[in-house]
Amino acid sequence: MKFTKEHEWVERQGELAVEGITDFAQHSLGDVVSLELPKAGKAFKQGESLAIVDSMKASSDVYAAVSGEVAEVNEQLLQNPQWINESPYEKGWLVKLKPSDWNEADTLMDKEQYDEFVAKQEKH
Amino acid sequence: MKSMDLLFDKSGAHSGYVGARDQELPEPFTRQELPLPDLNEVQVVRHFVKLSSMNFGVDSGMYPLGSCTMKFNPKINEETARMPGFAGLHPLVEEKEAQGALQLMYELEEYLKEVTGMDAFTLQPCAGAHGELTSVMIAKAYFESRGQHRTTILVPDSAHGTNPASANICSFKVQNLKSDEKGGVDLELLRKAVKEDTALLMLTNPSTLGLFEENVQEIARILHEKGALLYIDGANMNAMLGVTRPGDQGADLLHLNLHKTFSTPHGGGGPGAGPVGVKKALEPFLPVPRVVKTMDGYGFRHERPQSIGKVSSFYGNFGVLVRAYTYIRAHGPELRKLAEDAVLNANYVLEALKEDYDVPFPQPCAHEFVASSTKQQKNGVHTMDIAKRLLDYGIHAPTIYFPLIVNEALMVEPTESESKESLDQFIAAMKAIAREAEEHPELVLRAPQSTPVGRLDGVLAARQPNLTYEEDLGKPSEKQKTGI
Repeated sequence: MKFTKEHEWVERQGELAVEGITDFAQHSLGDVVSLELPKAGKAFKQGESLAIVDSMKASSDVYAAVSGEVAEVNEQLLQNPQWINESPYEKGWLVKLKPSDWNEADTLMDKEQYDEFVAKQEKH
Repeated sequence: MKSMDLLFDKSGAHSGYVGARDQELPEPFTRQELPLPDLNEVQVVRHFVKLSSMNFGVDSGMYPLGSCTMKFNPKINEETARMPGFAGLHPLVEEKEAQGALQLMYELEEYLKEVTGMDAFTLQPCAGAHGELTSVMIAKAYFESRGQHRTTILVPDSAHGTNPASANICSFKVQNLKSDEKGGVDLELLRKAVKEDTALLMLTNPSTLGLFEENVQEIARILHEKGALLYIDGANMNAMLGVTRPGDQGADLLHLNLHKTFSTPHGGGGPGAGPVGVKKALEPFLPVPRVVKTMDGYGFRHERPQSIGKVSSFYGNFGVLVRAYTYIRAHGPELRKLAEDAVLNANYVLEALKEDYDVPFPQPCAHEFVASSTKQQKNGVHTMDIAKRLLDYGIHAPTIYFPLIVNEALMVEPTESESKESLDQFIAAMKAIAREAEEHPELVLRAPQSTPVGRLDGVLAARQPNLTYEEDLGKPSEKQKTGI
């Protein structure tokens, strides 16, 4: 699993890259009340906004961790936005992308680097 | 929860009064069963008076809602706005029958030009975000007339969320600019970001962090060098009135929020007015009709080939224009004093609370400042809890969780209206809450206790909104049962 500075996670699952937001992200957002997901087939470049997560505090963009085409979105999540809070790495996944270039994932942080990054943010 | 019966629940006590009226109707129009509450006039009046007393407004207490400028709205504004010649004026009467209203609009534009240093104004936009959209449309028309295809709009990360939304609606690509550690625009980042395809930078000054943008002239220079424009979101103009003018600092377009800076009761959706001011080169693109003064008096001009067209039905929210005009005429050159007092009040409160709350940007602020509840978090007390506890102290909560770049933000804007006495009350309440968070956090977590409605389940309300009246309130509706 790899992580972005914008607090998304991405994980390889066969040919697909599954993306969601991290536990730190869901914790800072608070209770998620609704979300907007992209349509399957839509293509995004790395860093482009692909989804919106609304919580009681804020409406936040979720950016594509890697470039690619949307293969599948978590439709069930639309009825159960609380899954993002309860299970950010499993039931709370947002999209599955068909990446155009796996090498892009190398630019992202691994678990250890991300934990360090979060610790610094919390101090700030 | 101190709940109150609905009119329908109160129904049942026959007054005789209502029934007597019914008999005046011809037989075919009367119904045996009419599903209206059976109440007499005094019951209805008392019901609504009681409801109105549950409301909290700037007339009932301090309302330091950051970024919203909830200043006191002078009562003389209401008097002028209700003058029959204004309030009863039909928007389709001939120009010669509406000379007073046209003169007011013309003169208001002149005053706004003087206050901001811009060359021309339109009064049509009905709110701040509408003013933003109008400005972006004007900029787009301007670049198109010059045969330039510019596709990107730069927006700092401290901006009002409406800025990127307005850019998006006009099909521009939004590029986010990270603030520097002092909360201002990072000039190095800006230099790199401004390219041949940059249309404009949407800059809020003072920023949503309540800070004056120190480098605005340099920012304007960087943009103009590449042919891009500087748009100022003037939502926070209250801090600058009579002191400095965006037009002199290099702004090409700006919008004002008359309902904030020049006082109109607002919140909960309006009404507002978001006039847009532009420099000369952009004037041909302003919405039609324009208000003009000629030898024959005042009138509208529609023939403007490069105009972006109309942006609102008729001439905007005219009642708000009357209030702003009154406010400006009532204060005249004293407008500067209002801005100075607004800035002084905010700094007074900021200094007093520095020890009790985290202040991410401790330098002197403009008309508002941002604090954070990170110190209180170790006892489980968050910004939301502090905001709710303030209600128990008879004070409206500040803006919370905005701007997004500050963790657990509390954004306080006291405005110039508050006396030193009420500022001290606010400070005392905030200090008391900080103490409670240390010693009795449960007091803060359970708040509010004194309001008609206590802690609501905001999450459930947002996830499963149920906005319809159910006669049997005890029974969940189909909607609630299925969650759809």
